Amino acid sequence: MNSETIAAVATAMSPAGIGIVRISGDEAVAVADEVFRAKSKKKLAECASHTIHYGNICDGGSVVDEVLVLLMRAPHSYTAEDTVEIDCHGGVFVTRKVLEAVLSHGARMAEPGEFTKRAFLNGRIDLSQAEAVIDVINSQNDYALAGSESQLRGSLRDEVIHIREQVLHETAFIESALDDPEHISLDNYSESLHNTVETLLKSVDSMIASFDNGRIFREGIDTVIVGKPNVGKSSLLNILAGQERAIVTEVAGTTRDVLEEHIMLNGIPLNVMDTAGIRQTDDKVEKVGVERARKFAAKADLLIYVVDGSGQLDDDDFEIMDMLRGELRGKKTVVLLNKSDLEQAITENDIISRLNFSVPVISVSARENSGIDEFERTVTEMFFGGQLRFNDEGFAVNARQRSALADAREHLVLVERTIEDGVPEDFFTVDLMGAYEALGEVIGEEVGEELVEEIFSEFCIGK
Amino acid sequence: MRDGSIPHIVENYDVVVVGAGHAGCEAALAAARLGLETIIFTVSIESIAMMPCNPNIGGTSKGHLVREVDALGGEMGKNIDKTFIQSKMLNKSKGPAVHSLRAQADKAEYTKEMRKTLQNTDHLTIRQAEVAELLTNKDIKSGFNNRIAAVRTVSGGLYLCKAVVLCTGTYLRARCLTGEMITHTGPNGLSAANHLTDSLVAHGIEVRRFKTGTPARIDRRSIDFSKMEEQRGDERVVPFSFTTNPDDVQIDQVSCYLTYTNERTHDIIRRNLDRSPIYAGIIEGTGPRYCPSIEDKVVKFPDKTRHQLFIEPEGLGTNEMYVSGMSSSMPEDVQHEMYRTVAGLENAKIVRNAYAIEYDCIDANQLYPSLEFKKIPGLFAGGQFNGSSGYEEAAAQGLIAGINASMEILGRKPLILDRSQAYIGVLIDDLVTKKNREPYRMMTSRAEYRLLLRQDNADLRLSRIGYEIGLVSKERYDWVCEKERLIDEEIGRVKHVNLGATEKVQSLLSANGSVPLETGTTLAELIRRPELDYEKLAEVDPDRPDLPEEVREQVNILIKYEGYIDRQEKQVGKFKRLEKKRLPVPYDYSGVSGLRIEARQKLNEFQPLNIGQASRISGVTPADVSVLLVYLEQLKKLNPNLFSALNAEWDGDCDE
Repeated sequence: MNSETIAAVATAMSPAGIGIVRISGDEAVAVADEVFRAKSKKKLAECASHTIHYGNICDGGSVVDEVLVLLMRAPHSYTAEDTVEIDCHGGVFVTRKVLEAVLSHGARMAEPGEFTKRAFLNGRIDLSQAEAVIDVINSQNDYALAGSESQLRGSLRDEVIHIREQVLHETAFIESALDDPEHISLDNYSESLHNTVETLLKSVDSMIASFDNGRIFREGIDTVIVGKPNVGKSSLLNILAGQERAIVTEVAGTTRDVLEEHIMLNGIPLNVMDTAGIRQTDDKVEKVGVERARKFAAKADLLIYVVDGSGQLDDDDFEIMDMLRGELRGKKTVVLLNKSDLEQAITENDIISRLNFSVPVISVSARENSGIDEFERTVTEMFFGGQLRFNDEGFAVNARQRSALADAREHLVLVERTIEDGVPEDFFTVDLMGAYEALGEVIGEEVGEELVEEIFSEFCIGK
Repeated sequence: MRDGSIPHIVENYDVVVVGAGHAGCEAALAAARLGLETIIFTVSIESIAMMPCNPNIGGTSKGHLVREVDALGGEMGKNIDKTFIQSKMLNKSKGPAVHSLRAQADKAEYTKEMRKTLQNTDHLTIRQAEVAELLTNKDIKSGFNNRIAAVRTVSGGLYLCKAVVLCTGTYLRARCLTGEMITHTGPNGLSAANHLTDSLVAHGIEVRRFKTGTPARIDRRSIDFSKMEEQRGDERVVPFSFTTNPDDVQIDQVSCYLTYTNERTHDIIRRNLDRSPIYAGIIEGTGPRYCPSIEDKVVKFPDKTRHQLFIEPEGLGTNEMYVSGMSSSMPEDVQHEMYRTVAGLENAKIVRNAYAIEYDCIDANQLYPSLEFKKIPGLFAGGQFNGSSGYEEAAAQGLIAGINASMEILGRKPLILDRSQAYIGVLIDDLVTKKNREPYRMMTSRAEYRLLLRQDNADLRLSRIGYEIGLVSKERYDWVCEKERLIDEEIGRVKHVNLGATEKVQSLLSANGSVPLETGTTLAELIRRPELDYEKLAEVDPDRPDLPEEVREQVNILIKYEGYIDRQEKQVGKFKRLEKKRLPVPYDYSGVSGLRIEARQKLNEFQPLNIGQASRISGVTPADVSVLLVYLEQLKKLNPNLFSALNAEWDGDCDE
């Protein structure tokens, strides 16, 4: 059959539950044997199909997790290929580590819907279900696309783009010289390229490190708190974050210029972002903040609109509500009437009649810490009622990006080696383009005609 | 028929080739050599295989094309071997994949030799006449379909045929510009072909306008070569054709000369930019960026204080020298002034002005990779007409178009080379699949598998195909098979020859600046060292068999770069998986649910032959490709007969 071996997390990523890493393809068993150490000391390659094995996943000498491994040989598996499933017990973080170990030992990250696609192409799924298969591919792809866009942005995305531009520029220079050797010389070039690649490698390394220490890794429901200034947004966030609810990561101003907390709410992960207050303003700096708040709101899975229940609704509130029923229409929203400890000037009806759609309105007091339970219940119900989706594809996107970065790294190392081995210059571009392609995968861009464009725009060649 | 009352001649052929440039000659020769009655039309017999621009054949990546044309049984390589006056292997200090042969041609001799070859080919008729009209079965009432049936010349002659190959080059509605001077002529002042475009448009073919340009030619006697740097040819000349005996091409060569523009040149250009037809907006066509006019270079790269120029002879029987690097469409008086600022050209006498030329051509997206029009069966096209540029690109397409016109008539499957087989495959795939906005030129960077597509192994890659087509002799093919065997055998041997740290080995290593051995190793390992190669190790390899140079060369390359070559072969394996998944053609994708609207439109427009080609169409995403794979599987299983019937014509040598 000769299919590439692919891997992915096959279960929804829930923090408490078991995560399954699935590997499928010709080399599935070999890849698993690279990372799995059975208590029985047996290699999976020697074991019968449809057996379960207990042991550890190891990567580079250290134990990643204690697991159960299911071995299913072709054609008796979901994809009809050799398949190994690893049941991990250590939660989200560890499942991710297991997948990374598998990916760094010869498997590649599965494309959206690829297991299902293979199952179909290998005759495991009935023809009548072709449409359903196509739907799976499309929906997972849409999700992955949305994910890759939201997962890597800001400075990191810029950094990838920057590295990629440099790689392209160097490649174009070499290609120009190869194409027009009588005009452009490569004398003494290899040394300068070696230095450039060295620098690029450092950047890529630090990016991989930031994936590993979890700075980029966030999955959960993107939740954005909106409201005009001084209605208590920040104190609400502090309460949500502070009440024994585990803060997994805290990223302040690094990637988003907004305060962000990773919060577990009854086991549901929320990425809560506190934005600048939204109001009409002429102040330039504040305007930027307001714009940003609007942008995040537009991408959020859940909006929390905080109103000062003790004050009057004013133009700023009206503007926010116009946004909610306009550009943000259809977003899952919860309205919190804060400062319930003070005399209330606004009722649930005031809000709903203005919004003109039904929305949960909950009275809370950040100062007295009241009403928070009801808020929790509401969000939990939304989640289990299926109204809110848990962004587990975000995890896959992250793993894919990390493995693409690792790929890029490997190519850059090979460029260095090629230079050191004294191989002619035209070989440099083989891996430079490999790195370029891999970096493109990180930010979801395909390779097109950029190289030829770069050659023509940067270098004067031709008769 | 247009007018039954005027008497006119009617003749009958298998293949009609329109145009006798580099594409037309290859197309006509291929068809005639395959035994088909072929007629080739040209506006002027004197312009057969004319080189209206640079006086050379080959160069980076173009040299590869010539080698491939040769391996498939084409003529270009043989013709330049007979008529070159200087030859150079470019990029010799780089890896073997980018070594490129380039030869200066004696233009007049090149034309004469090609004409001779055409004239001496059986089944081939040369006709000086301008083709004005294409006629389908519907047009001549011989049927109701859109299949090509005949061409009509300006003088009314009707030539019935089974296939037509259009190789009109830069002649269609051509317009030449030198500053304010505009003439409605083709290259070199030859008459333009002004009628055919209307007929193309009437048949639903979309036509667009490209431009290109050429520098002035200067009288050799007016040039001071002492102010220039002489550029000699290689000591040992390598022929283009695999059939040419290398000993036959060791001739006395002539030199080219290197000089530069300077700030004074650039000032004159800047001062007169408003008189340049390009910058004055008179030129509508899109020009090639890789072959910029000197005006473009000065404007686009203002920081460069000088640009290189090569002064190249146009032949032994002429005083004309070609000023490579200084094409222009400036007015005559500006040209006169600017050429004279160049060192050595102070007293230059211009023989022919530089000019820009605009012409009608097509977007080759209208063609299948067989180079047949999707809309008009039996109508093929090759060369500059397809939106390419360059003699070599033209010859390559002409050959493929000529072969495929013949294959269709003979009821055989078309020849479609893929991107992993040949530069020709890359060239045609790019032309028919990608969006090209300027005349397309081959570049090694366009070939993603270039380590495999070397000019040195074109015969090994393509001779079998040329033989199966019928353009390569049995003798030639047998030799390539034997060569292959010898290479494999020798590689196997070299990998198993063990060398110890003997005195002889160590002294050879130190003589070549290579680190001495600490333990034993194989000969192959030593060949891989950058400072060593197969030849240098002969002394320490006493059992080495006596092998021809071309075999030794392959052994060296394949061992030295084995790691890189293996990796690229793996990539090719991946690439081929999608290329082998054929799609039905033609097919209506409108009903394929799950494909995005844009993808459906693009697929309908392009009618890709396989999933691989589909994946390269801009606007078709990886998710669309997945959907297509699933859909294709369903289609195949539900109706295997329908599928194979639809696909019979494209049943290439894909083994699924």
